[in-house]
Amino acid sequence: MELCTKTASELIGMLRAGEIDPIDIVDSTFKRINDKEPDVKAFIVTLEEGARARAEELKDADRSLPLYGIPVAVKDNMCMRGAQTTCGSKILTPYEPPYDATVVEKLKAAGAVIVGKTNMDEFAMGSSCEWSAHHPTRNPWDLERAPGGSSGGSAAAVAACECSMSLGSDTGGSIRQPASLCGVVGMKPTYGAVSRYGLVAFASSLDQIGPFARDVRDCAMLLDVICGHDPKDSTSIDREPPDHVAALDAGAEGMTIGMIKDLFGEGVEPGVRERVSDAAGVFEKMGAKIKQIEMPIVKYALPAYYLIAPAEASSNLARYDGVQYGMREDADDIVSMYRKTRRAGFGSEVKRRIMLGTYALSAGYYDAYYLRALKVRTLIVKEFEKAFSECDILMSPTSPSTAFKLNEKIDDPLAMYMMDICTIPVNLAGLPGMSIPCGLSDGLPVGLQLIGPTLGEQALLRAARAFEIGSGICGMIPGEKTD
Amino acid sequence: MKYEPVIGIEVHAQLKTDSKLFCGCSTGFAAAPNHHVCPVCLGLPGTLPVLNRKAIEYVVRTCIALECEVSPASRFARKNYYYPDLPKAYQISQYELPIGRNGKLTVRAGGKEKTIRIHRIHLEEDAGKLVHDASGGSCVDYNRTGIPLMEIVTEADVRSSEEAVAYLTSLRSILQYIGVCGANMEKGEMRCEPNISVRPVGAEEFGTKTEMKNLNSFRAVRLGVDFEIERQIDAIENGERIVQETRRWDEATQTTQTMRSKERAHDYRYFPDPDLVPVEVSASVLERIRAKAPELPEPRRVRFISQYGLPEYDAEVLTGTKAMADFFERAAAIHNDPKAVSNWIMTELMGCLNESGKTIDECLVTVEDFTALLGLMGKGVISARMGKDVFKDMFASGRPPAEIIKEKGLEQMNDEIAISEAVEKVIADNPGPAADFRAGKKQAAGFLVGQVMRLTGGKANPKIVGRIIEEKLLSE
Repeated sequence: MELCTKTASELIGMLRAGEIDPIDIVDSTFKRINDKEPDVKAFIVTLEEGARARAEELKDADRSLPLYGIPVAVKDNMCMRGAQTTCGSKILTPYEPPYDATVVEKLKAAGAVIVGKTNMDEFAMGSSCEWSAHHPTRNPWDLERAPGGSSGGSAAAVAACECSMSLGSDTGGSIRQPASLCGVVGMKPTYGAVSRYGLVAFASSLDQIGPFARDVRDCAMLLDVICGHDPKDSTSIDREPPDHVAALDAGAEGMTIGMIKDLFGEGVEPGVRERVSDAAGVFEKMGAKIKQIEMPIVKYALPAYYLIAPAEASSNLARYDGVQYGMREDADDIVSMYRKTRRAGFGSEVKRRIMLGTYALSAGYYDAYYLRALKVRTLIVKEFEKAFSECDILMSPTSPSTAFKLNEKIDDPLAMYMMDICTIPVNLAGLPGMSIPCGLSDGLPVGLQLIGPTLGEQALLRAARAFEIGSGICGMIPGEKTD
Repeated sequence: MKYEPVIGIEVHAQLKTDSKLFCGCSTGFAAAPNHHVCPVCLGLPGTLPVLNRKAIEYVVRTCIALECEVSPASRFARKNYYYPDLPKAYQISQYELPIGRNGKLTVRAGGKEKTIRIHRIHLEEDAGKLVHDASGGSCVDYNRTGIPLMEIVTEADVRSSEEAVAYLTSLRSILQYIGVCGANMEKGEMRCEPNISVRPVGAEEFGTKTEMKNLNSFRAVRLGVDFEIERQIDAIENGERIVQETRRWDEATQTTQTMRSKERAHDYRYFPDPDLVPVEVSASVLERIRAKAPELPEPRRVRFISQYGLPEYDAEVLTGTKAMADFFERAAAIHNDPKAVSNWIMTELMGCLNESGKTIDECLVTVEDFTALLGLMGKGVISARMGKDVFKDMFASGRPPAEIIKEKGLEQMNDEIAISEAVEKVIADNPGPAADFRAGKKQAAGFLVGQVMRLTGGKANPKIVGRIIEEKLLSE
């Protein structure tokens, strides 16, 4: 078995035992990348030279570092010195940030080897990775299909074993939905649990960085490294972070898990509904109680999200004006330069959302759109609070469908937006959510979404780990035999 | 028809914090372009603002001094617009929820007290500066980007340029007293933008207003406001319409000129900044700041009258700036004659300051040297007239008075034998005036004293000279 197909926890065991060195993993990883990348195209840039130098450096370092020698990929919207950060956009091509994002600093301090920057929908706006200005990424399970998005590159890279784990960002489902479509574990932590400093903003009140991994244990390990208070992010939660790995093995015995009925209805593929309903049976087998929960408010989440997120984006993306950095189209006067640069630099989905958001914030429309959306958001928060007064965690499908064909939805924004129908309510409420594989439907992975109360990551991980044990579904690799 | 001006004043005061509002960069003045910048104030992708708590404390201090209500929770909002000096393409400011509201400041103008209501006080970040180079290109200096600005907005209560200047003078003094702002208009630490309209006396409705920029001194405020009032009245009398616009005061022509029309209001699409949490000022924090609040100019003026027995005028002048009032109090603590201290500050010190265009902070004379000089005059070591010359030297060189007196040989002559000899010589040389004096013409003494002073190079103690002349002429 190749090293690159092992989980991070397995690799760490071998590294600590002195059986292998970090460079052995780098060798295996880049062999895999060279093999898979022409098909999958998960990366915008790979950093082989840096990874090799880092592996050499690590040879004599402290082997007890939490991610010692582990190959990790980073979504291209997280700033890192010495590499481009393009956000999947032409307007930031080229752009090399002069600083490291807090999560990148933490990865480096933990002994990780960063192998590349992964592909994404431009400025994290999209659900298929097809809106990348560079190239689409393909789903390792079926190269004709999309990996999901916007963190499609990070999900596909982990699924294809081009790295052990990766970081994504999730504004409306951008970690969980591609995790679901690529058959890997992905988590969006509680808003404020992981620092956003150095994450190029899409919608600041919703964006959150989180881990991808091939199993729940690795996911918890990566979460332990990246979470914690950061004085550079005013919205980061000031508390002593818990040990997520230590909480893993508590089992699901005695847990009450609420099934959100409203997220199993129209638009959800039968195959997805079946696998997720089967998952409820697994939880019961593991000693949890399943409870049906009604949350009619979730149907308003999508419209509220498509006012709040574009409104914030319209302001966050205004700085890409060609003055200081990134792309610039020359013109005779400053206003023409702004216009030409932004016209040429942004893709059509980004432009659509900037226009939506600008409109929603405009004088005379603010109260009817933005303010009303904020009120819906408050109601969603309350409805989740009510659900958590009865349940420890909640469950639903992550995505209403398995991986869809490339180009299938690219001309139909609404159909694309519907891909996030189950994940968006979680962002609006700032809650932790994760997607874990719960089997295949027609040979494609199905994702189970688990949702926890604020800072309930430990409960999520514990239930997710219990599911892995109960179902035997763990560490699925495309093209290899799965149970 | 008679018209009444209606004026509201916006003041932007640069807070004296060491670091910028949302990052750790220095607020230092006069650095080379783009030396006080970091990824945060440059607005680079991925960066986030972190609020400087000191700035909040300064605004709260101002709110207390101007008797504002302090919001227990205020918010920062984004004001969205494109300009090359604005790196994020939005300015972090406060919109719906400012820190302070509903305050007031009572000023004296035209011999009357006038209360000007404060509408709101809020905090925002400054933008950068465009530098146009000789080749026709433009560069941006981001040193100023993110420097904390406090905006103080009055209600439309001001009715004349005199009241406007009185308000600004008083506000400047308060901001300096509470130590939140240098408030030097020439340096741009305090920028003032009056909104001016006129209406027929007795009318309830406001006329169309114009906003004025580029008023860099109190003098410019007075001239600019007066010009604009006249301009508007003339326009109305000629049947013209006042256009709502921003006008620029032009120092060269002493007129105001159109900068930009505000008829099509820009939509700044304000919304709460999701990168920042609400600013909370708890009751206990408010109390702590209130307890530390320094004495304000008005109570200090009253105290100067009662504690030091100073005339109203002296107290008013001395408390005009905190630095001057501090100088007085420190001097009065050493030299136990407050009126003498006050006189010397108001005539000699302020005279030298005005002449040189310096401020008290730039003055080289220490309180210790200043009181030493008063002491030397009190003890008769030098005369008051000599004292004035010595002070001028002190002001120019910063040297202590004793050194100057010794170097220039200015000690007063108190030696009675030497003075007697001089007097005898003067009497002998001026028999006429001496006879007049003997005959009872007391005013002749002045001439004789003057002659003795001339003979002794101005050093003889005039009191001793007078006494000896009297003794010599009347004892005969």
